[in-house]
Amino acid sequence: MNRWLLWVPLGLFAVFFAIVAAGLMRPKDNIVESKMVGKPIPEFTLPAAVEQRPALSSTNLATGEPQMLNIFASWCVPCIAEAPQLLELERAGVKINGIASRDTPQDIANFLNRWGNPYARIGTDVRSIVQLELGSSGVPETFIVDSKGVIVHQHVGDIRKEDLPELLKIWKEAG
Amino acid sequence: MGLYRDAPIGTKSGTVEQEKMKAKHQRLTLVLLAVAALLGASLLAAYALQGQASYFYTPSDIAKKQPEAGQAIRLGGMVEEGSIQRGADGVTVKFVVHDGTSKQPVTYTGITPDLFVEGSGVVADGKLTDGGVFVADTLLAKHDENYIPRELEGIDMTGKQHKTETLVQ
Amino acid sequence: MIAEAGLIALWLAAALAFLQFALCTIGLTKGQDQFFAAVRPVAIAQGVLVTVSFLLLVWLFIRSDMSVQLVVSNSVSMKPLIYKISGTWGNHEGSMLLWVAILGVAGAAIGVFERTLKLRTLVTTLAAQAFISIGFYAYLLIASNPFERSFPVPEDGQGLNPLLQDIGLALHPPTLYIGYVGLSIAFSFAVGAMINRDVGPDFAKAMRPWVLGAWVFLTLGITAGSYWAYYELGWGGWWFWDPVENASLMPWLAATALLHSVTVLATRDGLRAWTLMLAVVAFSMSMIGTFLVRSGVLTSVHAFAVDPERGSFILALLAIYIGGAMALFALRVGTVKEGSQFEPISREGSLVANNLLLSAILGIVFIGTLYPLVVEGFTGEMISVGAPYFNLATGPVALILVAIMAAGPLLRWRRDKAKALLNRISIPVFLTAAALFALVLFTTTMSVLSLLGLSLAAGIAVASFAPLWKRNLRRTPMHTYGMILAHFGVAVALVGMASESSFTEEKLVAATPGDEVTVNDWKVKLHAIEPMAGPNWTALEARVTAQYANGTNYEITPQNRMFPAAQTQTSEAALLTRWNGQLYVVLGDSDEQGRWQLRIWWKPFVTMIWLGGVLIALGGLLAMVGRLRRAVRQRKQREYAEEWI
Repeated sequence: MNRWLLWVPLGLFAVFFAIVAAGLMRPKDNIVESKMVGKPIPEFTLPAAVEQRPALSSTNLATGEPQMLNIFASWCVPCIAEAPQLLELERAGVKINGIASRDTPQDIANFLNRWGNPYARIGTDVRSIVQLELGSSGVPETFIVDSKGVIVHQHVGDIRKEDLPELLKIWKEAG
Repeated sequence: MGLYRDAPIGTKSGTVEQEKMKAKHQRLTLVLLAVAALLGASLLAAYALQGQASYFYTPSDIAKKQPEAGQAIRLGGMVEEGSIQRGADGVTVKFVVHDGTSKQPVTYTGITPDLFVEGSGVVADGKLTDGGVFVADTLLAKHDENYIPRELEGIDMTGKQHKTETLVQ
Repeated sequence: MIAEAGLIALWLAAALAFLQFALCTIGLTKGQDQFFAAVRPVAIAQGVLVTVSFLLLVWLFIRSDMSVQLVVSNSVSMKPLIYKISGTWGNHEGSMLLWVAILGVAGAAIGVFERTLKLRTLVTTLAAQAFISIGFYAYLLIASNPFERSFPVPEDGQGLNPLLQDIGLALHPPTLYIGYVGLSIAFSFAVGAMINRDVGPDFAKAMRPWVLGAWVFLTLGITAGSYWAYYELGWGGWWFWDPVENASLMPWLAATALLHSVTVLATRDGLRAWTLMLAVVAFSMSMIGTFLVRSGVLTSVHAFAVDPERGSFILALLAIYIGGAMALFALRVGTVKEGSQFEPISREGSLVANNLLLSAILGIVFIGTLYPLVVEGFTGEMISVGAPYFNLATGPVALILVAIMAAGPLLRWRRDKAKALLNRISIPVFLTAAALFALVLFTTTMSVLSLLGLSLAAGIAVASFAPLWKRNLRRTPMHTYGMILAHFGVAVALVGMASESSFTEEKLVAATPGDEVTVNDWKVKLHAIEPMAGPNWTALEARVTAQYANGTNYEITPQNRMFPAAQTQTSEAALLTRWNGQLYVVLGDSDEQGRWQLRIWWKPFVTMIWLGGVLIALGGLLAMVGRLRRAVRQRKQREYAEEWI
């Protein structure tokens, strides 16, 4: 009767393994879709992040033309990675507004000097309050807003080269 | 002779057969004891879990199936904008937790955690009163920036990890 | 180039671990003993290289080298030096590197210091140690490279979580990790013993100091962690039954059981299979703890969200190591010879009881920690299991355990008489009864658990010294003093816990400067709120004076700190320690009328909780040193005798 008892620890471990493996396998989608897509942009006013660009408020986003709203931070490495793509969008005629998340004016200025400044307006969101209202949970994220100020698209993560045609298409259709 | 010393090893040794029987007997006792301890622990755990584990509710869960008043539960959701009211005593705070569909009024007496602001995610341990107000014993706003209550996933506007960079860290 | 050098050192260490494993296995299977000579140097070189790799990472953090991804996400250049250093292990990759570094050093330490074990068992042990290392090297190199370059280079780092910028937390994880990973030695020893069927007193004597060493660090780590949570979180509690805390408690429980069962094996050659199992379980709990904390499977105040791929990797490692060891146990232990026997009422009997009760507590904690996961898996419902469950379920078992702890050391080995025991323990029993009587009579607020805890503590405090009764104090071995100290520490901690939970007084007020609050024997007065600036934070500081009943005035300054780099806030509790307790003051928010929230606790004898923890660790240290000294002396005598012949 003793022999099978020796297997009990292994059995218990197998149970543990199964439970935890199941816990790990359960899909945890890391991308949070904003529930604000399809809704008008929430009201907000943010102070200017740097001297060179005016401040940003929600009224600046419903001006009769489609725009993009990019949330970035100087401490964020993917934001640097997407900087060339933002400049390319700007060259294509897209008006891009920026929200600097949890940042200091000095760092933002350095960031823009080094990696380019595609933004028409930049608001600084020191405690991520506007960012959370927008349903964004990380940086970088980019929203496309139509001419009436309704969010039509959310892009989570950095914008890569291959994303550009798609984003431009959505931006044009939003007009 | 001190209390702590080894006793002289027994000399009343029986036959080899007797010793073997005894060994078997002892092993059996030990195994039975171990099984008894295991069972006891499991029973105690099961009993305690039944009474003490608190289930997680969102405001819409409460709206759907009202938990019994006085039962320990955990409430999670977002603090509604404009709902935080400080009481006259300066230490009680009233606010509303919502999850997009339903709302639940909450009272809490104590120092609110850092980062407890309107629009932030919150998890509260406590119980419902007969009047339908949730009385919180503890509040967890995203206390540690790395801590996102898992229960809040799927509720609108919560901070969560991205594959890229995150707010939290 | 520092980062590359660190990575190369890590690769080389991994290669050496592989070499170590290969040398051992070839030597063992082919009977080529000459291979064994090379094993020790390889183990030492591996330990050195992985340490170098870790130190290089520390160096990167000190230099705030923002070209390294890990530094970017966990450091910021304007941080005090000590927190730059502690930033190294305040994150996933860095802490895993520290973990592996300790594993490597542990292997090297076996190579350098172990002299008691039989050669084949030693070589198998080193093979097992190398085998564990290989898995974790692979994990670091494949799934979480700490030296990854960040390209492009950002302006400045994101900063370390402010909550983690604290001296307690700076030192707590390394201590805990040494304990966790130190248990790997016991694990490898057990594997070596099972493969070679070499289980007996000599093996137990060889293993014991290692277990003691790891256990001392674990005890200190848990004690420090508890104190950290107590003053840093500002919630006034000292143990939250948080999954991360449980993850450190479970290996400790297993190691404590192992510590006691290994004594039975060393002294009386009993409990062979059980001791091997515990050695396996103890380190398994360490690995499971690391996994639970690092995988994000369970969330907690401390949990770092980590992507599931890494979780799966570690889980696979767990399956190989724990599953492998347990399968080995099932296959081999049946062929290990039975140990010697004993009567139920004997020292062995009490140690068996100790082991069973510790295992029961371990089981209860384990079930409670994993239960939410199980429920969610089966029903999709989310639940949380917190302090009420753990206190209710572990409390009674723990009380029986400490009662047995008082009696155990007074029993003789092999067989004893119940009546004789009652004679020896009569004074402690009487003391417990008297304390219980007095407490029931004079207090009204105590819970049953605290009541019993406090009364038992009185008895145990005396009983722990009883083994010295009628003994020559100078000839009593050091390890006996170690045991006495550790058991006395349990009594001290018990007093602290019971007193904290029963006699704490709490006031929560909204005060304007000039207001005075009375809490127990204290008059606490708020004078002013002033802004403050630190190296990387700004704060609002309350100037508070506290006057004790005897007229002594103390000044304390609780703060609310803002960390601009991380945009977070922490409250710094102000603690005032007197011999009879602590005054704990937290500053909250202000309201429109200019009132500030103050939360004030008077916690009588709360410091005894951690004092007890330190005493327990000290006892372990004493026992370890005593055992080592005796082993060295015996070896010298043997060598001397051999020379003579």
